[in-house]
Amino acid sequence: MKTPLAGLLVVLLVATASAQEKRITLPPDHPYGHLTPAPGSDVTQTQCQFCHSTDYIVMQPRGDAKQWEGVVTKMIKVFGAPVTDADAKTITDYLARAYGPAR
Amino acid sequence: MDRRDFLAAAGRAGALLLAGSGALARPAGAADDPILAGRPLVRYPEKTDLILLTARPPQLETPMTYFDRAITPNEAFFVRYHIFPVPTSVDLATWRLKVHGRVDHPLELSMDDLKTRFTPARVVAVNQCSGNSRGRFAPRVLGGQWGDGAMGNAEWVGARLRDVLALAGVRQGAVQATFDGLDKPAFPTVPDFVKSLDLARITEDPDVIVAYQMNGQPLPMLNGFPARLIVPGWYATYWVKNLSEIEVVDSVFEKFWMKPAYRIPDTPCGCIAPGTAPARTVPINRMTVRSFIATPAAGTRLQVGRPAPVKGIAFDGGAGITEVQLSADRGATWYRAQLGADLGRYSFREWEAIWTPQRAGNQRLMVRAFNAIGESQGAGPLWNPAGYLRNVIEQVDVQVD
Repeated sequence: MKTPLAGLLVVLLVATASAQEKRITLPPDHPYGHLTPAPGSDVTQTQCQFCHSTDYIVMQPRGDAKQWEGVVTKMIKVFGAPVTDADAKTITDYLARAYGPAR
Repeated sequence: MDRRDFLAAAGRAGALLLAGSGALARPAGAADDPILAGRPLVRYPEKTDLILLTARPPQLETPMTYFDRAITPNEAFFVRYHIFPVPTSVDLATWRLKVHGRVDHPLELSMDDLKTRFTPARVVAVNQCSGNSRGRFAPRVLGGQWGDGAMGNAEWVGARLRDVLALAGVRQGAVQATFDGLDKPAFPTVPDFVKSLDLARITEDPDVIVAYQMNGQPLPMLNGFPARLIVPGWYATYWVKNLSEIEVVDSVFEKFWMKPAYRIPDTPCGCIAPGTAPARTVPINRMTVRSFIATPAAGTRLQVGRPAPVKGIAFDGGAGITEVQLSADRGATWYRAQLGADLGRYSFREWEAIWTPQRAGNQRLMVRAFNAIGESQGAGPLWNPAGYLRNVIEQVDVQVD
């Protein structure tokens, strides 16, 4: 029931906007992007989804701690993510375990 | 043994010597495509079912089935944003395209102005993400792990950018123009998505336009409503969506999305040895030659002796596609496909052929295109650390019974 209703809502919103206005409603983040539950996954989910859905993480090639440390550092240094040093370490450790090199 | 197994669809026959190629491990259908497997189909406003790359900001990929034709439907056209929030409402009563900076007459153009104050220009052009097919790089690289569907082709209508800049009156000494859209970062620390082009790129090319029409319709919101920049032949990173501001500047603009993002190695091929780092880089620009087989889809079951249509598209950076070739024997021999209508040098070029499989088992069809300046696709992939410019020979594995 949820999907047809959401679709109808979108159609209505697009259709009822004035000729001068276009308005859309974006769907919420997809469960596909949810992180694998493990120690550190809550902090990672919370901190990362502040700026982007976590399918950004799920889709990446698996990698070691060096890869994930580089990613976390880029988010903080380049994109200015407000993440504490302690959380950065938690996130890096979690990603290196949950999304580490394929065995 | 001579086998007449490829036939151009319009009747031109060609003989093809089938070399004895080994059987494949298994056909790679869409379901077991290592990059697309597990990704859900999702439906966003004004769009049909597309393959989810990311939800926020939205990035949606077009299924390969849509590339059996030259024009990509608006509802199937891929979506790629860089920052969030993206615009979800635009009121043309208040929307204006601001043109300012090193100009004599700063402008604030309404949609009505764009449509009536400039002679409309039309161009059919491919819009392809710089990182299309990044997921197929080996060694793998970080970034959006696209399959091959971050591309589309449409008829765009709009105002020539050089006419807009002429009305504003570009001042002596100006070097570039920058382009900003309505997508704005949630935090001031996140770099806004702003791109730049040399003024020469704009003034020398009448096909660089500010488009307000896509395949005869207003643009879908997620493809840039109410107007987006069209830079034919160049990668989509320059095609700024939901365009709101153009600034003429007197130096080379090098903020984040121009440098260090969207750079390629400063080498003739834009490539370097896999796993290494480039000594120097330049902004990504013209697209490389590519071609794809949309029909039959990977994993399709065909029958020995029964003619099967083979269809797809080819494109390049604007020299124009002159030939498309197919091989059923791992590239030992190639057969010329029949080209479809020429919609212009920046467009997808449709091609088709009839293939009659001569033996059972797993078989591989390969495709490569050539353009008017002799560029083509290579047998082995080129590599760069950002996963750009992919143009290896493409292939589809099918099962013949």
